[in-house]
Amino acid sequence: MKQVYSVPKSLQPRSTHYCPGCTHGIAHKLVAEAIDDLGIRDRAIGVAPVGCAVFAYDYFDCDFQQAAHGRAPAVATGIKRSVPDSVVFSYQGDGDLASIGAAEIVHAAMRGERITVIFVNNAIYGMTGGQMAPTTLVGQKATTAPFGRQKEHCGSPLRVSEMLATIPGAAYVARVALSSPGNVAKAKTAIRKAFETQLAGEGFSLVECLSTCPTNWGMGPYEAMSWLEENMIPYYPLGEFRTPEGGPNNA
Amino acid sequence: MTKVVFDEEKCKGCELCVQFCPRKVIVMAERINAKGYHPAVLADEENCISCGICARMCPDAVIEVFKP
Repeated sequence: MKQVYSVPKSLQPRSTHYCPGCTHGIAHKLVAEAIDDLGIRDRAIGVAPVGCAVFAYDYFDCDFQQAAHGRAPAVATGIKRSVPDSVVFSYQGDGDLASIGAAEIVHAAMRGERITVIFVNNAIYGMTGGQMAPTTLVGQKATTAPFGRQKEHCGSPLRVSEMLATIPGAAYVARVALSSPGNVAKAKTAIRKAFETQLAGEGFSLVECLSTCPTNWGMGPYEAMSWLEENMIPYYPLGEFRTPEGGPNNA
Repeated sequence: MTKVVFDEEKCKGCELCVQFCPRKVIVMAERINAKGYHPAVLADEENCISCGICARMCPDAVIEVFKP
């Protein structure tokens, strides 16, 4: 029989610590598939964040480094500049990238570092127990916002892709969602394109993956995907915000 | 060999494959695996169209799909 789907070679054959239904697993598979498809496993070096994905080095079958909280783009910069032939990617959550690591990601994009960033946005702090993140939606409940995020008090959620797309050093910035088979297929294309941008030496690339956190959202895995589509996508629109060929924010 | 092969010990019983299967041919088994979850199994191979959606949506890389 012909094989239609096989587990990517760039993933370790082991079980992850993620909760049942967590979309980190889908994002891991898409990154591993892109590494397989482009034949860059020997050159790939990942940088793991602090957060749920802190153990990513145990799950990918390529070189990995774990960085201090939010500092993955800085560590990736050092690796890429000292080993220019490597293909460097950081894998960060929204608590890591949009909060404590906001300065690092903005300046990595500003410098046009030739790294690829996989930004997993599930609108909450997962590992620490469901606290409000900069990306938590207005009205969304979190352990530190039991009545929902209030705009007057906490402001509006940060749209990271739109912000980074205004920076000339950013070559490829896209937002995708891991919420349905169709959206996952589009996410795969975007992640592959981000790596191709780095391979072509065109500059900084980032793919924001809207993700679910069934445990901290207090929902079943499938219900969480519906919630993502109904609530997150209207505030965080999908699409490519900046590409090497041009985009709505290129200036 | 069946069209859909599950690495049962890695399954966490999230049921995303069951929900997204367009032909509804996957069910959760009565038995439990070493982790304590009911693993997903192919219940109706005849109606499976080997589309691979279950494998694509599986967060735990449990599933491999084959086409005759």
